[in-house]
Amino acid sequence: MLEIKGLAVKLEEEDKQILKGVDLSVGAGSVHAIMGPNGSGKSTLSYVLSGKGGYEVTAGTATLDGDDLLEMKPEARAAAGLFLAFQYPVEIPGVGNMTFLRTAMNAQRKARGEPEMSAGEFLKLIRAKAKDLKIDAEMLKRPVNVGFSGGEKKRNEILQMAMLEPKMCILDETDSGLDVDAMKLVSDGVNALRDAGRGFLVITHYQRLLDHIKPDVVHIMADGRIVKTGGPELAIEVEQNGYADILAEVA
Amino acid sequence: MASAAAKPDLTEARLATLNMPDGASEAREAALGRVRAMGLPTRRDEYWRYTDPASLTQANAPRAAVFAPPGEVPVFKYIDRLKVVFVDGVFSPEKSDDLTMAGLEIGRLSDALSKDIHWAREFYGTLETAGQDPVARPLAALNTAFATDGIVIRATGKAEKPVALIYLHSEERSDAILHHLVRVEPGAEVTVLEVGPAAARFNEVMEIDVARGGAFHHVRAQGRDHERRAVTHIFARVGEDALYKSFTTTANGVMTRNEHVIEIVGDNATAHVAGAALGDGANAPFHHDDTVFVTHDAVGCESRQVFKKVLRNGAEGVFQGKILVKSGAQKTDGYQISQALLLDGDSSFQAKPELEIYADDVICSHGSTTGAIDEEALFYLRSRGVATEQATDLLVLAFLAEAIEEISDEALRDDIRARLEEWLARRRND
Ligand SMILES: Nc1ncnc2c1ncn2[C@@H]1O[C@H](COP(=O)(O)OP(=O)(O)OP(=O)(O)O)[C@@H](O)[C@H]1O
Ligand SMILES: [Mg+2]
Repeated sequence: MLEIKGLAVKLEEEDKQILKGVDLSVGAGSVHAIMGPNGSGKSTLSYVLSGKGGYEVTAGTATLDGDDLLEMKPEARAAAGLFLAFQYPVEIPGVGNMTFLRTAMNAQRKARGEPEMSAGEFLKLIRAKAKDLKIDAEMLKRPVNVGFSGGEKKRNEILQMAMLEPKMCILDETDSGLDVDAMKLVSDGVNALRDAGRGFLVITHYQRLLDHIKPDVVHIMADGRIVKTGGPELAIEVEQNGYADILAEVA
Repeated sequence: MASAAAKPDLTEARLATLNMPDGASEAREAALGRVRAMGLPTRRDEYWRYTDPASLTQANAPRAAVFAPPGEVPVFKYIDRLKVVFVDGVFSPEKSDDLTMAGLEIGRLSDALSKDIHWAREFYGTLETAGQDPVARPLAALNTAFATDGIVIRATGKAEKPVALIYLHSEERSDAILHHLVRVEPGAEVTVLEVGPAAARFNEVMEIDVARGGAFHHVRAQGRDHERRAVTHIFARVGEDALYKSFTTTANGVMTRNEHVIEIVGDNATAHVAGAALGDGANAPFHHDDTVFVTHDAVGCESRQVFKKVLRNGAEGVFQGKILVKSGAQKTDGYQISQALLLDGDSSFQAKPELEIYADDVICSHGSTTGAIDEEALFYLRSRGVATEQATDLLVLAFLAEAIEEISDEALRDDIRARLEEWLARRRND
């Protein structure tokens, strides 16, 4: 599904190489986790995949079901089924959460040549999904992420994911800022979406999330590269010993 | 220097094209005297520093094509309203509704001034005259002297629906001068709507007197002809416990100068003025100037000025806003914000916010900002599948929201928002 080969990325504005050749392949139906020290390039990878400006790809490729992601505009990537749950969801004063989601949903449908969803259908759907994530109706009426607590913002990201039903979901530290119960809710939300046609790339610092969302593969990223790949046991090793051993081993 | 002689020449050249209508001849002659004494404005006048009045003062109206995009929903179409229609500044009885409504007395200015309707004859030009100090507004005096028509409204109770002044434009060089009078009696309430370009060139004055406990609501949609020109003056006097609210949205227009002169004369009164302008210089130049002067001359009053402009393709925006708090006007709460969203580097915004305060127990704040689109928000929207243009429009509407929120009535607010959305979508899809 998602194929990344030798992806190297530098900042557009300065001569700073952040990704130094990332290879990663996430198949349909599987969940991959990425862990790694602060500043190793995890968020950068997620931004570059979703098309954020400010980065320059100096080498490598990234495709989604064979389509060249790097050639597409961010909105086209979204319509093609890519979704990023942001590490820091953006506040948009003046744009209602509902308007935002409905506009997004219909824009994607239109781009795919599908019929738009009616206001009634949309309302029914979002109410049901919001209920699952314990997001109250009042929050849906408020401007996007404005005045939301850290945990509410993260839940809102998952609500968007649940509504848009993307085929490739990237979650960047969705667990940070969540209390124990919210972590369970969010994980349930993610697990509900797991199916044979969908892939997940879960960026996290903590094994705890991976207890709920069981990964098939765990990668360790350091200094702009995937330095080690293994099974769920790798996350447990990180939790217990930190990165020192792994980094020493690959150095 | 040539410029010393230019002003009387300019003024006389303009006056030579005009005939003074019948009715209220004293007020009109006095106004003509004011025009001659002040002279029509030029760029050299401080008050016209950011806006060139040449096309507003020149002898004849510059040409303006009628812009009537097919299928466009007229503003206020879905609002239950009493329609008063002017075509190129001439009242059209055929196109208008019957001018009767419970709680209101409505008539034509030309009738009111020639017949024996005392309040209108006495009121005509009084607020305009008072509004000439401390800043000269010669184009308003010109209006008082030569206005050919207008509407006079006296609210005696709660009007059952809004009065909508619908300004159609059909002749390419039409030059309209309208003067409206509104008097809201104690405890009465009326909403006046205005929509349309009116003419190739439009000079409008509205004088509004809101008596104790009265409420006046005003929602105006200026547009959508690209080449139209307008200078408007609203003079309002707001009495004790009275409410005055005015909102204007402007889309397109080579030249718009909207002056608002508000005198708060009764204690515990409220006066809000807001504007939301959409300027796009792609089809024709766009220049939009909001000039506001709010005077607090009573205790415990609140005033708000909220002006937002979205500018692209070389569009120009101007805001001159003043809050004057006189010495007795304690417990004044004055607020003023003017903001421009520049969608490209070619567009410009100039703001001159001013506070002049002679009372010591007041809260007044003002601010002015010029900014670009929020790139983070734009990317967030795009990452959810909303294309750049549509995402920009969502952010544009969000930017205008604070001004639109100033419309009290929900149906009117929704109508304005829907029309703005439609205009933006049409632009996007054209
Ligand atoms: N726009 C930018 N300007 C300057 N430096 C940047 C920019 N984007 C990323 N970097 C730098 O690139 C490196 C990787 O950042 P990134 O956010 O991808 O790390 P991360 O692995 O997600 O870290 P964390 O675990 O703390 O979220 C960091 O050193 C960061 O400071
Ligand atoms: Mg990160």
